[in-house]
Amino acid sequence: MAAITQETPAPAPVAPAPPRRSRPGARHRRGAARWFVLAGAVVVGLAVLAPFVIMVLNAVKSPAEYSQNGPLSLPTELYFDGVVSFWQRVDFPTKLWNSFFISAIVAVVGAGLSLLNAYAIGIGRIKGRLWIVMLFLLANMLPQEALIYPLFDMARQVGLSNSQWSVIIIFTVIQSAFGTYLLASVLGTFPPALLEAAALDGAGRWRILWQVVFPIVRPTLAVLVIFFFIWTWNEFFIPLVMLTSNDTQTIPIALASLQGDRMMDAPTTNAGSLISLLPALIFFLIFQRTLTRGVTAGAVK
Amino acid sequence: MSAPVAARPRRRRPAWLPYVPYLIPGAVAFVVVIGYPLVTNVYISLFSWRGGLAPLSWVGLGNYVELWHDTAFWTSFENSLAMIVAMVVVPTLIGLVLAAVLFDYLGRRFGSRVAAVLRATYYLPQILPVAVAGVLWNWILNAQTGALNVILRGVGLDSPPNWLGDPSTALPSVMLVLIWVQIGYPVVIFMAALQRVDPELYEAAELDGAGWWRRFRAITMPQIRPETFVVTLTCTVAALKVFGPIYVLTRGGPESSTLVPSYYSYLNFFDKSRVGYGAAVATVLTIVIIVVAAVILALQARAERREEAGA
Repeated sequence: MAAITQETPAPAPVAPAPPRRSRPGARHRRGAARWFVLAGAVVVGLAVLAPFVIMVLNAVKSPAEYSQNGPLSLPTELYFDGVVSFWQRVDFPTKLWNSFFISAIVAVVGAGLSLLNAYAIGIGRIKGRLWIVMLFLLANMLPQEALIYPLFDMARQVGLSNSQWSVIIIFTVIQSAFGTYLLASVLGTFPPALLEAAALDGAGRWRILWQVVFPIVRPTLAVLVIFFFIWTWNEFFIPLVMLTSNDTQTIPIALASLQGDRMMDAPTTNAGSLISLLPALIFFLIFQRTLTRGVTAGAVK
Repeated sequence: MSAPVAARPRRRRPAWLPYVPYLIPGAVAFVVVIGYPLVTNVYISLFSWRGGLAPLSWVGLGNYVELWHDTAFWTSFENSLAMIVAMVVVPTLIGLVLAAVLFDYLGRRFGSRVAAVLRATYYLPQILPVAVAGVLWNWILNAQTGALNVILRGVGLDSPPNWLGDPSTALPSVMLVLIWVQIGYPVVIFMAALQRVDPELYEAAELDGAGWWRRFRAITMPQIRPETFVVTLTCTVAALKVFGPIYVLTRGGPESSTLVPSYYSYLNFFDKSRVGYGAAVATVLTIVIIVVAAVILALQARAERREEAGA
């Protein structure tokens, strides 16, 4: 939960720079100071990028070349043994599927559960709703360590130890705690005229939820689904504890569990990191436009 | 008087009652996955237990008394302060300046495209799994084969530091990694916040001869205070909970120099088989997080009230 709000490196900033009158604009374009400021901002950017560059350079560089020319040289020839050995060693397709399977179910079911909760709280205005929302918000702040041992024990008792379903159930609830908090405040401002009109047409609560409320909050739900997916994908602690065998683990756990292994030379480590972060990056790039639209939703209540 | 009363339906069911069924799945799931485990964890913390099928033996507050005298426990919370510096204080301060520079200075002089590209660059570390980032950094900072020390030896430094292996450099190294991970989050939030600020405020201040720094202090900072609170709250909670980076970078070592409460509790649960003790650590951490969050929320409420009174 490092990031409550994921955002986008979109080429489309949410709002264009405010229109300026022409005279100060012309004045701004003079002077050398702006180049120094730009240089400073670019240097910070390069510092952020440096580890990625080093990773890419050394993911395809042979160990011999690494020890000879160091981490900053361009590889003279492409060396794919690191990629191959990581891929085979962790059985990457299995891990990819595990991560995808867990994250996708959590994202969809979690958003659905959030919608049901928020419908009762935001539109039903049930009694004590303030306390309920507080409780959900609190749940989001809890350290997972305060839940893990009982959960671990419960999973064993119901035969879900080392099962992805235990992780799916846990994250569905944890993510929907945040989703409920967010959606309840969105639905709290839902136009009552729409609800009344639907009720006059004889629609019941269930139909109003799916035919009136759902279509209108769909953009927000889409953002929630994407957030939940990325957050669950990136989770570490609970999958680390609950998923104990090779065939159930997710990508971050697989990479971390290879640490300290003798076969983890420089190319394998870098290739492993590179392959492991690609799915998150690709997913993010695909959905960045959806995120741009809903990004401020989570920032300020 | 009697007519309107008679016109009302006789039994007055509250309007919210029919909505209760919609909350039932969520409530049940919440109780099973969060409520019950949380209470059970506190209960376990009152026992000495090796976990699994081993017997529980009642020790009352014994675990907490032991924590009080446990230097590792205190070290872990001291290190939490370092985590707050690395994940809240530094990123928020730098993020504030970067966001203002990107939005208000570079965006205007070089176009919003330049600002968007730089913002995306800063944000990049936020989208990847933090464990993956940790593995990458673990290799970069490795004493023998890591990229950083190979570079340092290349420029003639004979014995570069063992960044993660030396108790004196491990914590600062971890902090640097966390700053790198965290920096993009406040930048993005603050840039979104700045778009709310009325540009006429800046123009008026500029006409009055206020320089960039004066405008930043007098307009930008007060206007985006709500976002500053959100960033402070979420990042502080995240800093107190931090686990993944510690696990992949240092495992709390060397000599507990990077131990944090979450990792200490994990260690007791699954490594030392001291489940009751681990549960006590987790319980204390939970209380600390709730208290800190409550304080931040109260400060926010007070600031809002003062602002309303002032306006």
